[in-house]
Amino acid sequence: MTGDPRADEDVLRRSAPQVLGALVRRHGQFDLCEDAVQEALLAAAIAWPEQGLPDDPVAWLVTVAGRKLTDYWRSERARRQREQAVVQESVAHQQAPGADADLLGPPGTAVDDTLELLLLCAHPALSQPSRIALTLRAVGGLTTAEIARAFLVPEPTMAQRISRAKATISAAGATFSLPDGDRAERLAAALHVLYLIFNEGYTTSAGQALTRVDLTAEAIRLTRQLHRLLPGDGEVAGLLALMLLTDARRPARTSADGRLVPLAEQDRSRWDLDAVREATGLLEHTLATAPLGAYQLQATIAAVHAEASSDADTDWRQIAILYGMLERLSDNPIVTLNRAVAVGMAYGPKEGLEVLDSVADDPRLRRHHRPDAVRAHLLERLGDFAGAREHYRRAARATLNLPEKRYLEERAARTGAVGAVGSLGWVGSVGSVGSVGSVGFAVPPDADVTPL
Amino acid sequence: MKYLLIMQINPSTIEALSEAEREEIANGHGALMETITASGEMVGTQALADPSQSAVVRVRDGARTVTDGPFLEAKEYMGGFYVVDCESAERAYELAALIPDAAIPGLGVEVRPVIFTAGFGLGEPEMP
Repeated sequence: MTGDPRADEDVLRRSAPQVLGALVRRHGQFDLCEDAVQEALLAAAIAWPEQGLPDDPVAWLVTVAGRKLTDYWRSERARRQREQAVVQESVAHQQAPGADADLLGPPGTAVDDTLELLLLCAHPALSQPSRIALTLRAVGGLTTAEIARAFLVPEPTMAQRISRAKATISAAGATFSLPDGDRAERLAAALHVLYLIFNEGYTTSAGQALTRVDLTAEAIRLTRQLHRLLPGDGEVAGLLALMLLTDARRPARTSADGRLVPLAEQDRSRWDLDAVREATGLLEHTLATAPLGAYQLQATIAAVHAEASSDADTDWRQIAILYGMLERLSDNPIVTLNRAVAVGMAYGPKEGLEVLDSVADDPRLRRHHRPDAVRAHLLERLGDFAGAREHYRRAARATLNLPEKRYLEERAARTGAVGAVGSLGWVGSVGSVGSVGSVGFAVPPDADVTPL
Repeated sequence: MKYLLIMQINPSTIEALSEAEREEIANGHGALMETITASGEMVGTQALADPSQSAVVRVRDGARTVTDGPFLEAKEYMGGFYVVDCESAERAYELAALIPDAAIPGLGVEVRPVIFTAGFGLGEPEMP
């Protein structure tokens, strides 16, 4: 007896990638296996609350999913025989599962398969939205309906996106055996998918979050899982630390009336200190042992913010240096914009404006609101309130993030009023270098827009 | 990211089209709908009645007035729209170019990012 539907659901979700991984390793045919696993999850959701949690839930699911596959192949064969079209037995049929639980192989195999699945879902033939959807379903174990709700698209649209993605992967002949050369690249793509899932959740306004799957928690869960599989990978640890540090601010990030509170004005006593401690522990270890990467640098910047008891205490010189290092690692003008803010805080607004001017004409920033937001902030600190208001307004008009739009409009309205000068809220935010190497500016989930 | 693809139409341009041209447009919309449905990018589409059927509602000091006609007298009006959910602005432009109206001289399709979505049965919790 379990008696706890949420615990059951948790076991189900955690088992899903192991079950799918085991089936795909044995049979290939990712798309069919994925369907079978979804059916097995559904069967478990009905059976477990009544019969109690099985001793080995993964084996239970593999057995049931294996039967679904056999059923499918049988009916497929029957259909073919009826049509008298194909006499030849499919390779798949010859490999129909026997004693199902042995699919799991030696201990450890199932765990490794989760990683392979994650890499498969970041296949280069897939668009970014497809990678995200497939990762959430195949690795995260979410239902299509849940994913559709999280991204506010109709369920048939999401179902189609996922089924197209599965077909694309199958057509590309994708398997679990990635050449070593592609592996690093694919892991980076998978990390980016997790990062985008986190940002999608983090940039959601509070009102909507009530009815949406918690994508930040899901992204952290999957990244944590990945970190367990690859404990020595510095960028995996860096991304996990970055997510934890960013999410730690969540309790202080929205005011009682649902408005965004910028970093500079947040009540830091409300930050989740356990999460901060975990993240800094991770970072200290990984910075000492692994090659430096962009996620680790972003996490380090977030950690510098977390160390400061207030905005005024922040070590902006160190942050400026860290952004400089990030610039050398990634060709992304957003990083330079963030450095402009840090330099402005560390050395003065004129110095910040010089950095800003060096990147203002970058064509990748066309239509982007952030240069105006940074300029407004620096002008405000310089005492040019009219200029600041103008640029805050321009930024408010251009942003694609509604809470940020509201924030920038308010900022424009109160610029010049007594005591209004503060630091720009989003320095060091997650998303500051969302897409290292490929600046997806038109896409807010890429979220250089995260204001906090 | 969601984009609104706005079909800006000029009623007199549409009226001047031949039967064959109109059929071509209808087929083009059918093909586009098939494409974005198959790719999982379709959120929805609506076509609007002629602007002559519009009315503008105003409330002044609590009193409601209703005036016949569109808000602005113009040659071009919003004739309908698609909402798509796609990877990038570039992809949204690609899809906009597939709307047959985009190829009619004098007409064009405006593409704008959507920054808030609610209703349409989206994002609501499943009924128990």
